[in-house]
Amino acid sequence: MRKRNWIVIIYILFLLLPIYWLVAMSFKTTGEILSGFSLFPQTWTFDNYRVIFTDPSWYWGYINSIAYVSLNTVISIAVALPAAYAFSRYRFLGDKQLFFWLLTNRMAPAAVFALPFFQLYSAVGLFDTYWAVALAHCLFNIPLAVWILEGFMSGVPVELDETAYVDGYSFPRFFITIFLPTISSGVGVAAFFCFMFSWVELLLAKTLTAVAAKPIAATMTKTASSAGYELGLLAAAGTLTIIPGAIVIYFVRNYIAKGFALGRV
Amino acid sequence: MALELRSVTKRIGGIQHIKPVNLRLEPGHFNVLLGETGAGKTSLIKLMAGLDRCATGQIMMDGRDVTALSTQKRNISLVHQFFVNYPHMSVFDNIASPLRVAGMARSEVEARVEEAADLLQLKPMLRRRPHELSGGQQQRTALARAIAKESNAVFLDEPLANLDYKLREELRDQLPDLFAGRGAVVVYATSEPEEALLLGGRTGLMHDGRVTQFGPTAEIYRNPRDLISAEVFSDPPINAAQIQKQGSEARLNANVKWTLTGQAADLTDGPYTVAVRPHHVSPVKSTDDAVPMMGTVQVTELNGSESSAHFLLGNDSWVSLAAGVHPYRVGEDHRFFMDASKCFYFGPDGTLAA
Repeated sequence: MRKRNWIVIIYILFLLLPIYWLVAMSFKTTGEILSGFSLFPQTWTFDNYRVIFTDPSWYWGYINSIAYVSLNTVISIAVALPAAYAFSRYRFLGDKQLFFWLLTNRMAPAAVFALPFFQLYSAVGLFDTYWAVALAHCLFNIPLAVWILEGFMSGVPVELDETAYVDGYSFPRFFITIFLPTISSGVGVAAFFCFMFSWVELLLAKTLTAVAAKPIAATMTKTASSAGYELGLLAAAGTLTIIPGAIVIYFVRNYIAKGFALGRV
Repeated sequence: MALELRSVTKRIGGIQHIKPVNLRLEPGHFNVLLGETGAGKTSLIKLMAGLDRCATGQIMMDGRDVTALSTQKRNISLVHQFFVNYPHMSVFDNIASPLRVAGMARSEVEARVEEAADLLQLKPMLRRRPHELSGGQQQRTALARAIAKESNAVFLDEPLANLDYKLREELRDQLPDLFAGRGAVVVYATSEPEEALLLGGRTGLMHDGRVTQFGPTAEIYRNPRDLISAEVFSDPPINAAQIQKQGSEARLNANVKWTLTGQAADLTDGPYTVAVRPHHVSPVKSTDDAVPMMGTVQVTELNGSESSAHFLLGNDSWVSLAAGVHPYRVGEDHRFFMDASKCFYFGPDGTLAA
């Protein structure tokens, strides 16, 4: 085999190593993990996964996370679509400034917004609900979605809009039956990024929830229980946390390449 | 069905983009809008299609004021210069889409799509998506959509500009037949004078947001109303130079002068602009009264059986277009002959004098 191929293989192994280690750990007992170094589980156990799927405090973490992440993705895309259309099709006073201002929201660390959101949502009774986290994440995800979608929409010639109007399409009908299918890859990419950022964001999700809407990432921080460190359990939870992202990536992998080509990802 | 524009104007940010346009476009023949890029052809089509709002003026369809009517309700078709089809729909669905939007019965939709696809040789591609077609097929799909709709007015905005030469000729020959007998007003925008001549019908010459002349194509080609109209309707550009008329003599410079005949001889003495089409300036003396002139050859081109030469005549750049191959040498003086009987004479205000 040529030298170049070896470099690639070593690089991929290097990338996969932490994931392999996580998966391997999830099938080990905590005792084995703590006892020393082993490449493979000496005694295979599915107990870690069994606990997660049977203990409500664990599996509700997943349900909560998926719930607010999905809610956030739907809201972000629904709000970003008309906004992106306006930015791509119309010139209005301050459009460029507004666009820039939207993007600057992404530049502040989430910690900056944790306190105002916590205070605000506590005051209006949104604290510890899916809506609290979903809306808070909109602050980052809507600008991102607008930016991605605007890129895709600007790639569609305005003549398509005109042709549809001439053919008799009303604006809503054109938008839903012609325009959305045309930029479906853009919607896929935008939805993926909203999903991903919301899924991995921990600080706001943890701050704005207590029990009812507690995300999996927060649940994972309670590893030190009365039984000591439950590292196997933690590894199993980590493995399960990667899966939704991997599934979503699988579906939009081709679209993301398009997004890169547009310089928007 | 007739389409009428009454003092229609359009402004973009304080600048008058379309100056008052009055036009009456009839069905039964092609109405060509001829003008160079930026002359306002597309802008005017957008106004007629209702995609833009007029600043002032009225647009009438069959005597009915449609100025405020939305595009959707005007029952029109539009084919763009770029191949615009709905990318996620098959060719069949593309052609059928305006009919379905109008709520037409399924059997009627199918019959009309079949007919249009037949006319444009799209039958074998009906199940394909636009991106699987060649450019010519994509544009034929757009044309089929316009034909199947049987609209009151069809706007073709340089529909052949992005096709290769052979396809363009083929489709151009077909176009008048496609729309014949459908009762629709057909408006065809182009930047090529040759297309206007080939498509016949009526032609409106556009320059700088104005329609400078409108009438039967051959007629306005032979009788330009003013210098601008003559310039718009000439490719290569029409030759023009200042002359001084005195008695029956026209004097371009010390060496180039000729005797005026007919109407031109009766003009009052003074300065005029003479204009003559390039193919009436030849390196060969064809008639006895041809006017000889010496020019410095700058650029020569050989396009098939014709050769053209750009030469300097005083300060003016002139073009000669003649059949056959002629031995020009760039940089050298060469004798050309102008057919004085084909000259136009324009007064100082630019309007045709004789």
